[in-house]
Amino acid sequence: MYVAVKGGERAIENAHAWLAEERRGDPTVSELSIAQIREQMTLAVNRVMAEGSLYDPDLAALAIKQARGDLIEAIFLIRAYRTTLPRLAGSNPVDTGAMVVSRRVSATFKDAPGGQILGPTFDYTHRLLDFALMAEGEAPPAAPTAPADPVAVPHILGFLDRDGLIEAATPSDLTPPDLTREPLELPADRALRLQSLTRGDEGFVLGLAYSTQRGYARNHAFVGELRIGTVAVEVDIPELGFAVEIGEIELTECETVNQFKGSKTEPAQFTRGYGLTFGQTERKAISMALVDRALRWRELGEDFTGAPAQDEEFVLSHCDNIQATGFLEHIKLPHYVDFQAELELIRSVRAAAFSQMEAAE
Amino acid sequence: MTAMDAYNFAYLDEETKRMIRRALLKAVAIPGYQVPFASREMPMPYGWGTGGVQVTAACLMADDVLKVIDQGADDTTNAVSIRRFFQRTADVAVTEETEAATIIQTRHRIPEAALREGQIMVFQVPIPEPLRFLEPRETETRRMHALADYGLMQVKLYEDIARHGEIATAYAYPVRVEGRYVMDPSPIPKFDNPKLNDSPALMLFGAGREQRIYALPPYTQVESLDFDDHPFVASKADHACDICGATESYLDEVITDDQGGRMFVCSDTAFCRSRQGDAA
Repeated sequence: MYVAVKGGERAIENAHAWLAEERRGDPTVSELSIAQIREQMTLAVNRVMAEGSLYDPDLAALAIKQARGDLIEAIFLIRAYRTTLPRLAGSNPVDTGAMVVSRRVSATFKDAPGGQILGPTFDYTHRLLDFALMAEGEAPPAAPTAPADPVAVPHILGFLDRDGLIEAATPSDLTPPDLTREPLELPADRALRLQSLTRGDEGFVLGLAYSTQRGYARNHAFVGELRIGTVAVEVDIPELGFAVEIGEIELTECETVNQFKGSKTEPAQFTRGYGLTFGQTERKAISMALVDRALRWRELGEDFTGAPAQDEEFVLSHCDNIQATGFLEHIKLPHYVDFQAELELIRSVRAAAFSQMEAAE
Repeated sequence: MTAMDAYNFAYLDEETKRMIRRALLKAVAIPGYQVPFASREMPMPYGWGTGGVQVTAACLMADDVLKVIDQGADDTTNAVSIRRFFQRTADVAVTEETEAATIIQTRHRIPEAALREGQIMVFQVPIPEPLRFLEPRETETRRMHALADYGLMQVKLYEDIARHGEIATAYAYPVRVEGRYVMDPSPIPKFDNPKLNDSPALMLFGAGREQRIYALPPYTQVESLDFDDHPFVASKADHACDICGATESYLDEVITDDQGGRMFVCSDTAFCRSRQGDAA
């Protein structure tokens, strides 16, 4: 016998209680602290900050804990919180040239002023499981240090720029559009595209970037420079008449040198791709630079080859994982009414076909 | 202090509400036209009705009486969740009675009971663009709307008839508003389409992820697209409700055993219950 679907409210409450219990796991195992996540799951925290578009390691760690380690769910928690925050001010553009770098590598020059700094990278680790970590031993011995080198670490692409070998990156004081305060309207300018890509899903942007390397709008990228470090954030205080530093953030910046454009009348120049992300998130920053470059085909007078990474509307409409996961997962919600309408339709179409077949016999 | 004390009435801050209200006013002024708006991330996922929730939040006043339905029912889980969201954030009165509500947020249905002047229907919309599955590019579909270039849609409907003998769209059946914009009525069954026409209630449509709002002001002419020789038919299951006996309401089909047993019941639970009360 049919029982009307009742008790939705109790079902939801019970589901939440069960979820809370599952989140905690076995209570005889000690609970993760926010500080532990922030300090020991740093790259997860960085991804949540980058795609959540909110620089707050503690809140990102909280979101990861609450989301049971589901990073897209954590990003969603951060986004939903972020959107409620008042806008107190806009900062001045950060100066990545003045970055205090913890990592800085160039794939285009063996050495350059400021040097190559590997920093805390997985690059040359052998991917062998370190079973010693299972033993929860003591802290590793401190890494060797040296006095800070006071030498400036200028952007490597600046050297190419000085010789006119790379397209000029013209500075602009225009206020960029704000994706989180205005609806996305196409075509988008480069500032808006970069804004969208920097909060775009790491996996999606990575896949698109990879597709360009395999020939879908190949753009021959060299990593001219990848740098990770902290920069000062400054805000103009009108009452004071000057800018005040309100804090520091860690950023990853990737500048690619891409194949040149030019003609008989215009001397050839290398072109640029650009990636900038919160935290140490270099896979994302490099991917972003490749996709940025692919999206610039029109401005650089290249052909549209139909490659997904060139298609601004395709890329910008689908790179946001909170939008994507929401719409994808919503198909598990009730659709009884639509499906009933489809059932009636297919029965009607089939009945018409059967009666025609009978008439033919 | 509860967790919700930190939030404004109906969750959204007043600036955001103003932004949404401006979009709503424009939408009412141009019936059926999709107005872009700066949709916010909400504390429930895109796809769960964030567009509808933002429209409701922007319309809600302290003395409103809110009804929330999903699939026609007040007690489906997501309807319960959205109703509770507004109870927590706005402390408004809620009801299951269509007649008693001043704002009705809905997913996939229009109530059976006739609407009246002063009521607001808020529809949750997944894909606001009726031409989307014919042309995936927004830049192109906006141009098509601007030029009222709807030939592609007519061809699609014609091809349906050629292939299946009838128009093979059972829900989200496209309509034309005041002879101008072709509009997606949200995924309501086409059975509900006639209720859009000349309605005394204000109909508002919110698509959060797609950042669009559109509207039908009261007493707007809304026609379902069709052909003279294949007129639109608002179809439903050819049964009466097995609980209340209604023959004119939209029905859900419920599987009752593994022998092909099934029953049909009203999708509008409030309507069904009111009829059971009458019978008792």
